[in-house]
Amino acid sequence: MVILRKEFLQIFRNRGMLPIIFIMPFIQLVILSNAATFDVRNVPLHLQDLDRSSLSARLAGHFTGSGYFRLTGESFTPDQALEEVVARRADLVLVIPRDFERNLMITGATPVQFMINAEDGFTAGVVQGYAAEIVADFNRELQTLLPRSGQAGLVREINIVSSAWYNPELEYSHYMVPGILVVLVTLIGLFLSGMNVVRERETGTIDQINVSPLRSYEFITGKLLPFWIIGLGELTLGLVIARLVFQVPMLGSHLLVYLVASVYLLVVLGMGLLISTVTQTQQQAMFVAWFFMVIFTLLSGLFTAIESMPHWAQVLTMLNPVRHFVDIMRRVMLKGAGLREIAFPFITLAFYAALMLALAVKRYRKVTL
Amino acid sequence: MRRFMGFVRKEFYHIFRDRRTAAILFGMPVVQLLLFGFAIRNEISEVKLGILDRSHDPVTREITDRVLASGTFKAMRNLNSQSEIGAAFASGAMNEAVVFEPGFGARFQREGTGDLQVITDGSDPNVSRIVTGYTATIVREYLREMSPGSIETGVVPVPLLLFNPSLKSVYLFVPGLMALILMLVSALMTSISITREKETGTLEVLLVSSLGPVQIIAGKVVPYMLLSVVNVLTVLVLAFTVFGVPCRGSVVLLVLESLLFIMTALSLGMFISTITASQQAAMMISLGGLLLPTILLSGFIFPVASMPLPLQLISNIIPARWYLVIVRAIMLKGADFSYLWRETMILAFMTAVLVTASVRKFSERLQ
Repeated sequence: MVILRKEFLQIFRNRGMLPIIFIMPFIQLVILSNAATFDVRNVPLHLQDLDRSSLSARLAGHFTGSGYFRLTGESFTPDQALEEVVARRADLVLVIPRDFERNLMITGATPVQFMINAEDGFTAGVVQGYAAEIVADFNRELQTLLPRSGQAGLVREINIVSSAWYNPELEYSHYMVPGILVVLVTLIGLFLSGMNVVRERETGTIDQINVSPLRSYEFITGKLLPFWIIGLGELTLGLVIARLVFQVPMLGSHLLVYLVASVYLLVVLGMGLLISTVTQTQQQAMFVAWFFMVIFTLLSGLFTAIESMPHWAQVLTMLNPVRHFVDIMRRVMLKGAGLREIAFPFITLAFYAALMLALAVKRYRKVTL
Repeated sequence: MRRFMGFVRKEFYHIFRDRRTAAILFGMPVVQLLLFGFAIRNEISEVKLGILDRSHDPVTREITDRVLASGTFKAMRNLNSQSEIGAAFASGAMNEAVVFEPGFGARFQREGTGDLQVITDGSDPNVSRIVTGYTATIVREYLREMSPGSIETGVVPVPLLLFNPSLKSVYLFVPGLMALILMLVSALMTSISITREKETGTLEVLLVSSLGPVQIIAGKVVPYMLLSVVNVLTVLVLAFTVFGVPCRGSVVLLVLESLLFIMTALSLGMFISTITASQQAAMMISLGGLLLPTILLSGFIFPVASMPLPLQLISNIIPARWYLVIVRAIMLKGADFSYLWRETMILAFMTAVLVTASVRKFSERLQ
């Protein structure tokens, strides 16, 4: 109990750390959750209307009036078009060829070129989709304007009625908030525990503890319990923010979330402790922790879907505790999954927790003897 | 000057004496770039699809076959009722369900129309949107082939995809990873350099030496700068050789801009170092404070233009955001300096501010 009190005192005495532990994560949660969106809006559009007819103006009008694009300039030479894209003033250049109107009148068809900045392949695909949609719209209108295109026979159609369950508005923050919260809790837990023992070693106080009558499991419990409590506290605060600021629904049970979180924190803290026992300086511990943290974060499915990774990477993510907890949080909060649905990731986490703690304790004994 | 060189040499010894740290510093960027470069993708390749076919006729079978043959979808299983959909979503076994209404084929043959229900797991809005789009494209393709002798009329779009015609996300993510990794490694390295001396008490020794504050800070940064140069070069070589990202602009310009960027990152680390009292605090700030903002606000994964306006403004203070613009412009678009002077000036300005602030903050200790 004394060591428990000592650890708590140490944490709260360190004024510099308090805001970092208790404020920084939540500022990040509030700000960053809004940043993660793939919505493509206000695409800068450059227009090259070489025809300058009433029909070409009409097509251009469809683009500028669509709400997807914002016109940033007009020009007439191919070089200028490329220049605009390189200078980031345009992501789409609409090139309406000379004879646009004439061709439409005579043959009923004419090509129109879209030059799309495909640096970002995903955005480019979306932009292409927008453009195709506008053109389809324009073509439909064309049928009423042009006399010759009345020969369309039976038009076959399949209406796609799409619906997205759990999140019909496709609100991105609902998806991100639980995930970002997990990463923040992990960050704090991993670093606090990772720096802890190695710090005692660096400052030499570990020897004093070693010669004290404290048993090693008592020592480890005393070290980890405060962080465990802090971790759960942060999670609680994060959930409150998710609810109040982002209106993220909570379809599952809170109890389940806490049950999983308490096991998950053991994984994180055990891992931190393990790092702490295998390294000699705080600097080393920090680099190792950083290394894993970056890998865990980027391979957690938080930002890019696990489904889009190559198969070997998908298998690799099974080793990633963050992946499992992010997955569980999303499922419980957004889909109301119960214990049965999350059994597999939960058991995996429990297994890691046991493994990490066992390793850390074993390693710690070796270090002290 | 000789004294200064001696100080720099001492710092070098410090870094290399600790073999493990040195190995981590050089090895980590390489491992991470390789791992993420291959693993982080935007394209969705394995959509777990469930099919609820209440019609069982040639048309529904044909559409099902086409969807599955596209390679993007993986048949999960056939569903028997609407109620199974919820359970399959909740357990994560399915991303999308396609539902054919009873008599789908008959109605399609007779009236030429049909309603196809596409239900997605909206808890991931991004995947949800993409897979709906994929499905729609395949169905549209099917329709086009079904309407005999249809020649295209009206305006025919001819898309020309510049810089990255196959829409590979590698070209987008490798430069982003370079920015992320260089930023974090560099800031991390310097962030504890001075704090450590504060904590172990050796800073007082330095302060009473004849070295000025500028020299002390410079002496701390120089070794890490050389280390970072090695990192920059390895990262660039990997990007070109392993990932085949082209460099359409000048390589020299790219290297110079990268050096400027690591200077910014190193001085940010230095600044953190001067304002924190303990190594622990310095690490938490340089890690906890930089990791997520750099990933999320730099435009690495999520386009800056898509963010709400306040966040776009905040993203301006993230150095990686500017570097990313520079790297992508040089590598993919072959831009030269005349397009990039603004971004370069911003990075240079940030560096200057951070260095000045660090020196000022550090000098305060002297008085």
